[in-house]
Amino acid sequence: MYYKETIRQMYDIGIGSLMIIVVVSLFIGAVTAVQFTYQLQGTAIPSYYIGYIVRDMAIIELAVTFSSIILAGKVGSNIASEIGGMRQKEHIDAMEIMGVNTASYLVMPKIIAALFVIPLLVSIAAFVSIGGGFVASTGTGAYSPEEFIKGLRSFFIPWNVFIMYVKAVVFAYILTSIAAYQGYFVKGGSIELGQASTRAVVYGIIVILIADYIIAVLLTG
Amino acid sequence: MIRAEGIFKSFDQNKVLKGIDFTFEASKTNLIIGKSGAGKTVLLKILVGLFQPTKGKIWYDDKDFFQLSKAELLKIRMQVGMLFQGNALFDSMTVEDNIRFPMDMFTRMTEGEKRKRVDYCLERVSMEGINNKFPSEISGGMQKRVGIARAIVLKPKYLFADEPNSGLDPKTAITIDSLLTDITDENNITTIINTHDMNSVMEIGENICLLHLGKLAWQGNKDEVLESDNEILQDFIFASPFLQKLKSRALSNGGGSL
Repeated sequence: MYYKETIRQMYDIGIGSLMIIVVVSLFIGAVTAVQFTYQLQGTAIPSYYIGYIVRDMAIIELAVTFSSIILAGKVGSNIASEIGGMRQKEHIDAMEIMGVNTASYLVMPKIIAALFVIPLLVSIAAFVSIGGGFVASTGTGAYSPEEFIKGLRSFFIPWNVFIMYVKAVVFAYILTSIAAYQGYFVKGGSIELGQASTRAVVYGIIVILIADYIIAVLLTG
Repeated sequence: MIRAEGIFKSFDQNKVLKGIDFTFEASKTNLIIGKSGAGKTVLLKILVGLFQPTKGKIWYDDKDFFQLSKAELLKIRMQVGMLFQGNALFDSMTVEDNIRFPMDMFTRMTEGEKRKRVDYCLERVSMEGINNKFPSEISGGMQKRVGIARAIVLKPKYLFADEPNSGLDPKTAITIDSLLTDITDENNITTIINTHDMNSVMEIGENICLLHLGKLAWQGNKDEVLESDNEILQDFIFASPFLQKLKSRALSNGGGSL
């Protein structure tokens, strides 16, 4: 049962969020490329640096943080509403009377699913962001594909990818556990359920940003 | 047998139950009745362990429910079936998956055995052939029956029902009542029903506990209801002018039955 529920959650979180992550990442990469092109104009910085900047911005910060903030909104509110709705409709009481450990059955599969799936989504987000940067840079004729790819292949530090995955795992845990907590302990009716869902998103985003800062200090300091 | 011993329950300053002592007898249909706010649901939730009493004990046969170890508690839980007021069927699961859920969680039965048991339970509540429907696709009365099927799937020793007739038409309500009493008799289950349906009181009340303002106001059975001179009971049972007329007519005809 736990296995089946975990697979279902993986599908919901992963496939269910893929489209929005791809769209957002594509534009993040594109906007990063356009804005850095603007800032680099008139400087002595070599033009191929654009590929390097887009790559590292995507890997270290933008892909993982943006994706997690989006997932805190989409997945976090969904988890809080689902568990909160079950609490209000006495589903959780029914499970407890049967002897089911509800915290474990309802929360654990979501956390495990998120810990596996969100790093995968973040990987896709990073690739798509770089792709978006490539399209925006070369499509306008500002840079040649060779220049962008040269930058992409320059100064690569594998540690940065490690930082991305650390962030992805930590953010996945934060957004699911905060949302599950808000839903599990909801009291009252539909207004309180809405408030719990909102709290799940707001607290999730704030804690993700704090964790982002702490991880940045610890792993790059 | 389930026994409530000196049960008190407060929520902050609000004292809901003020010392309930009552024995719910084995193999009988026990009813908890009373006006809204009398503390029926709170007592039922304490009996099944969803609430902890502020003071007092709940005995399942000779076991103190709130002192059980985790393993003992799980053992008792597997002997408990419950029908909720709102049915509490899992929306995302089909009828079959809802009924299978306790078996999937707690038994090592084979697929074939589980399917057989699901079919038997659905047949027992006269709901054959709706295995693949979702709760939202069936009526309220059918949902109640599916709720009963799920409650009896692990062959419980104790069956609880919270307002099983709420929201049902009188005829369906009677069917649900008879289903609960038949299942109780067939399987020697200790059944505890929380209700304020007068039909239920007069038809299936083998052991009745009347709560009033958090206290036990009367106890007896359906045959003793008419003869009782307990004012709270009479006021509760014969609240409507129609029932009062029926009662006076029955009494003038020699009493005993409406």
